[in-house]
Amino acid sequence: MSIGAFPAMRLILRRELRLYFRRPDQLLQPLVFFLIVTTLFPLALSPRLSLLRDMAPGVLWVAALLSSLLSLETLFKADAEDGTLEQLALSGQSLGVIVIAKTLAHWLVSGVALVAMSPLVATALAIPTDAFPVMFASLALGTLTLSWLGAIGAGLTVGLRRGSVLLSLIVLPLAMPLLIFGASATDRAIGGESPAGALYFLGALCVFTTSLAPVAAAAALRITLE
Amino acid sequence: MWTWFYRLASPPHVYRTAAALTPWFFAVAAVTIGYGLIDGLAFAPPDYQQGDAFRIIYVHAPSAWLSLFAYTTMAFAGAVALIWRIKVGYAVAAAAAPIGASFTLVALVTGSLWGRPMWGTYWAWDPRLTSELILLFLYFGVISLRQAFEDPARGDRAAALLGIVGVINVPIVHFSVYWWNSLHQGGTVMRLGKPEMATSMLWPLLAMLFGFMCFFGAVLCMRLRGEVLNRERQSTWVREAVKP
Repeated sequence: MSIGAFPAMRLILRRELRLYFRRPDQLLQPLVFFLIVTTLFPLALSPRLSLLRDMAPGVLWVAALLSSLLSLETLFKADAEDGTLEQLALSGQSLGVIVIAKTLAHWLVSGVALVAMSPLVATALAIPTDAFPVMFASLALGTLTLSWLGAIGAGLTVGLRRGSVLLSLIVLPLAMPLLIFGASATDRAIGGESPAGALYFLGALCVFTTSLAPVAAAAALRITLE
Repeated sequence: MWTWFYRLASPPHVYRTAAALTPWFFAVAAVTIGYGLIDGLAFAPPDYQQGDAFRIIYVHAPSAWLSLFAYTTMAFAGAVALIWRIKVGYAVAAAAAPIGASFTLVALVTGSLWGRPMWGTYWAWDPRLTSELILLFLYFGVISLRQAFEDPARGDRAAALLGIVGVINVPIVHFSVYWWNSLHQGGTVMRLGKPEMATSMLWPLLAMLFGFMCFFGAVLCMRLRGEVLNRERQSTWVREAVKP
């Protein structure tokens, strides 16, 4: 019996979310990591508020990038190890559908949680409340783009024993434009300038990766699964 | 027609063709690079703004151009191999990656040496410079991904796919000086209409560009032969080819 692409996607999405919420540690660890990394900067640099405000968007974005990367490693790994991924691949659904569902689940868990956490960190880093909406928008768009890029990287490294360093090596260069525009959008919002240009660019990157990354990630899985 | 194409791409044929082409590439590269160096370093007039310091352009611009050209070659070879299952494409991609990474490194180093007298700093976080640095990291990623797999065939395919994904950076490097306000000067040679450069300076630069391309071709052929031999080491034609 075969089902359509959308019901299949919904089923996988639901399964993924259920798995994430059954293992809350997997969900919380990247968030705690995000908190700790942002705490390191004021300790290492200086707790001066004026300096922190200048650095805040960059700190926020670097921390978001690293914590998202941390959770991306497990995107396909557990399912590849116990053979679930192969069963899914053999199910007759296209691999693209599986990739989209799994990546969306990852974003819903890590990206959205990160956005929800960001006011806490932003307040600690002296980002004014006026800049919050822009920060939310840029982080939401950015983490989704990052999940797509990470899906490609995770697909390429899924079969490897020491894949985590390699995953960073692959994903971080591709994510650099994201960091530039994401941080500059928040930075402009803090400075009272219009962040529209940077936000549009983030949106464009997000649409671009949403349309092409599933294809690339599916191709990557096809190579590593075989 | 396709059988002809596949025969052309068969490892022994590629091995022999690469061997035959290597000396020609080297000869042309030696002549053009020799002319470009002598004319560019000794006879071209000094720049009215930059004095003699501009002469590093004769190494810097060709290596920067080749860093993109080698990447495109690598990604294209990988795509051909993935799509038409022509295994030699993987060998070409594997052979091109370290050469391209070296050209990128040369472009970055010469550029930073040039930046010191002109901009007063070795390094600036400028779009052109940053995207070229990202290109270097992409090369590293592709090279290490290929080596990370125990099964070389799988590593080849994964690296080819990553190379194709990374192609997105090539136009970014090329157009960064037009898209953003950049410290780096805009293009002076590759543009429609008349180049913004005196012909006495331009000819040696074009000669160097051509020479660097030929040098890339020569080194690529040499490395390709090594790759093909290594990949086909179980087959009989290799045993005959390397018989002492």
